[in-house]
Amino acid sequence: MRIIDRRFDSKNKSAVNRQRFMRRFKQQIRRAVSDAIQGRSIRDLNNGEKISIPTRDLSEPHFQHGRGGEWEQVFPGNDQFSGGDLINRPMGGGAGGSGGGKASNEGEGEDDFVFQLSREEFLDVFFDDLALPNLVRTQLARITDYKTQRAGFTSDGVPANINIVRSMRGALGRRLAVGSPYNSRLRELHKELEALLKEQGEDSDEVRALREEMGKLRAKIERIPFIDSFDLRYNNRIKVPRPTTQAVMFCVMDVSGSMDEEKKATAKRFFMLLYLFLNRSYEHIEVVFIRHHTVAKEVDEDEFFHSRESGGTVVSSALNLMRDVIHQRYTGGEWNIYGAQASDGDNWDNDSPICREVLSEAILPWCQYFAYIEITPGEPQNLWREYEKLQGAHTNFALQRIEEPADIYPVFRELFKKNLA
Amino acid sequence: MKRTEKKKPLPGGSEWSFESIERYHTEIARVAAQYGLDTYPVQIEVITAEQMMDAYASVGMPVNYHHWSFGKQFLATEKGYRRGQMGLAYEIVINSNPCIAYLMEENTLPMQGLVIAHAAYGHNSFFKGNYMFRTWTNADAIIDYLIFARNYIAHCEQRYGEEEVELLLDSCHALMNLGVDRYKRPPKLSLAKEKLRQQEREEYLQTQVNDLWRTLPAHDTHSSAAVERRFPDEPEENLLYFIEKNAPLLEPWQREIVRIVRKIAQYFFPQRQTQVMNEGWATYWHYTLLNTLYDEGLLADSFMLEFLQSHTNVVYQPPYNTRWYNGINPYALGFAMWQDIRRICESPTEEDRRWFPEVAGSDWRETFDFAMKNFKDESFVAQYLSPKVMRDFRMFAVLDDDREDKLKVSAIHDDSGFRRVREVLSEHYNLGSREPNIQVWNVDLRGDRSLTLRLQEYRRRPLGDSTEEVMKHIARLWGFTVRLEAVDEDGDVDLIHETRLEKRRNGER
Repeated sequence: MRIIDRRFDSKNKSAVNRQRFMRRFKQQIRRAVSDAIQGRSIRDLNNGEKISIPTRDLSEPHFQHGRGGEWEQVFPGNDQFSGGDLINRPMGGGAGGSGGGKASNEGEGEDDFVFQLSREEFLDVFFDDLALPNLVRTQLARITDYKTQRAGFTSDGVPANINIVRSMRGALGRRLAVGSPYNSRLRELHKELEALLKEQGEDSDEVRALREEMGKLRAKIERIPFIDSFDLRYNNRIKVPRPTTQAVMFCVMDVSGSMDEEKKATAKRFFMLLYLFLNRSYEHIEVVFIRHHTVAKEVDEDEFFHSRESGGTVVSSALNLMRDVIHQRYTGGEWNIYGAQASDGDNWDNDSPICREVLSEAILPWCQYFAYIEITPGEPQNLWREYEKLQGAHTNFALQRIEEPADIYPVFRELFKKNLA
Repeated sequence: MKRTEKKKPLPGGSEWSFESIERYHTEIARVAAQYGLDTYPVQIEVITAEQMMDAYASVGMPVNYHHWSFGKQFLATEKGYRRGQMGLAYEIVINSNPCIAYLMEENTLPMQGLVIAHAAYGHNSFFKGNYMFRTWTNADAIIDYLIFARNYIAHCEQRYGEEEVELLLDSCHALMNLGVDRYKRPPKLSLAKEKLRQQEREEYLQTQVNDLWRTLPAHDTHSSAAVERRFPDEPEENLLYFIEKNAPLLEPWQREIVRIVRKIAQYFFPQRQTQVMNEGWATYWHYTLLNTLYDEGLLADSFMLEFLQSHTNVVYQPPYNTRWYNGINPYALGFAMWQDIRRICESPTEEDRRWFPEVAGSDWRETFDFAMKNFKDESFVAQYLSPKVMRDFRMFAVLDDDREDKLKVSAIHDDSGFRRVREVLSEHYNLGSREPNIQVWNVDLRGDRSLTLRLQEYRRRPLGDSTEEVMKHIARLWGFTVRLEAVDEDGDVDLIHETRLEKRRNGER
């Protein structure tokens, strides 16, 4: 007999098969990821996703008997029948009816086939939708770099990291602490000795005994180790994420009646992509959600994407609010400010020039980057025409008309280029 | 080993080590030899849970070609394992020489002992002895063949593209169950021969296929007689074989892949037909071997408790009306039958003498060997299922005829019903009736080259929903129109399905 330990053999033998599976069911997985994005927060991009695909889409066909004809089968556990009994057909093909189903080797029933996508796989599908170039993909998917940084001292480590001052201070303290009972005894004895010396002079047994005891105590103090292994202190270094700056991201979206769910879903991807980008570059990101119809309001994420409003559109209200928020909370050069605006381009006519002005005068000078997407299949609207005028004057402004998620990336092209270089 | 010498008990506790596995194995092997089990040499491989899932995903083989369906299997297995639904991987054992048994790292020591007894001695001796395995599989060559297959398919993927190969494999997998010779004995596989012959075969085959294309004038002289001639002369049951040899448009490499799938299907064919016997046999032997060791005082009580707990789980047969009933448990039935055979040999009742005059009172080891070697599930049940087992399982047969309003209990475990119940159960294990019987009937050689298959209906059972999909796969392999005809029990023929396909290669009209 041979025993072979295969535990350390190459792992993931099935990785290729898994990939094949993913490729094969790309359509379904995409759909599932798309659904998942609807349900996710835009900040939640560090997890995989549970994907479920209807079992029937995955089935591998074989010739099988269907229902019908004659089936005769043996069952165990007879509790009531005798030969010749007639039984009603069980509903839904229980015990009697379904001989055909028994042949299938996957006893999974008709549930959906559910499995877990890893973060990488999830992002891959997400990026696929957005048609991101590969270089950008790898940059984005990367988890933040770390740098090491001092963080106090520890009691174990490698010799190269020994902190001499700390170690010696510890040793000194220990020597004092361990030696203190001896020292105080020594002091007592010293007093006694002096008293005795006065009374009896040098030549007495008691004095000699005292001197001897004091000698022993001194020897004990001597024997306390000068440095011991538990005195050693090492410099502690920990890993911290490299980006140490902070950013704030403004999501501005039109929620007037003309923005339907589909457009919102596209806008959500747009915000997610920006967030992902920022996440790579900044340690701390705040997100401000501003939605508007005729008036603008700062809301939380849930309300931002999910509550419905109707009515007209005054875009400048949102830009004014954004300006105010910047001035109240994000001034002082500590914040990198990014803006992302999504709209279907429909605006009250006289408002568009105001928008341009606010943007150009009060927002763009503070922003690292401001991106505007107009989600519309039709002709450009008046807001677009006004915004177009800004493009030449400001390098940190990008705008794009999009119909589907794949059109989003070009908006960020400049942004990514700058940072990848 | 001298019997007088008091043996040291085997290590207890639940942590295993290589030494303790070695000691367990030595003792189990000794007892197995005492009982006269004939096995291939054993090779035990310790693997992790993840590797076990890998192995499960590629149909239990240590190497296999790549395909998405194995990926799906892996995901399903992984999900089951994560949730703790399956007591995963009780064992995987490979019918090869030496016989490879996998032990999972996470198992406790008693579980390892159980797996060694069950897989490395139970299954192993079954693989070596049973006629199905002796005839259809070649334990010496299977691993080599799988390596050959994987490399060949990887090579094809590089050369012709993954998509192309995947589509072909999909089609072949759809026909896997019909890709076996049920009656004809296959030639032995061997890596060396296989490689040597593969190229010759490619060239030769391509010339042979052209029989379908032959338009030489010589044939015209007796064309009137040939019109009636069918091709193939006799119906062919092995669809993949027929396609490999005769599909007009397949490239040589495609034929080779069809062949690989066919060979692997053939390798698993005996397993599908001996589940009850094989699992029952292995279960019987782990039970017997470990109990013998316990009687010798080598096993601790704690070992036995853990072992018995998993053993009883495995051989539990839920009654038909519980929620977790999922057909007759092959472990339970097989174990009960083997135990019963031994009982009939050793202490037969009057009834047994009537039913099994030859078995009653015979030497149980000889009877076991005979039964293990010469039967498959269908015949094993027909031959050895005793009234006692039917009574113990409280078996009853139900007839579901779609022409009747109600189901009928056709027989139960009583004197008048034993034979009927046994017959029905045996028929249930007959692959020939469990799966649709579809054979190649004819190729329209002189017309549109369409392929006609015939379904021999069994008790008026229709085909299931996936038929259309499968027909598309056949059409893809064949390259021309494929028809499926059904022959009912009176011999009337009906066209039940047709997948039309007119494919011409470039340059042909």
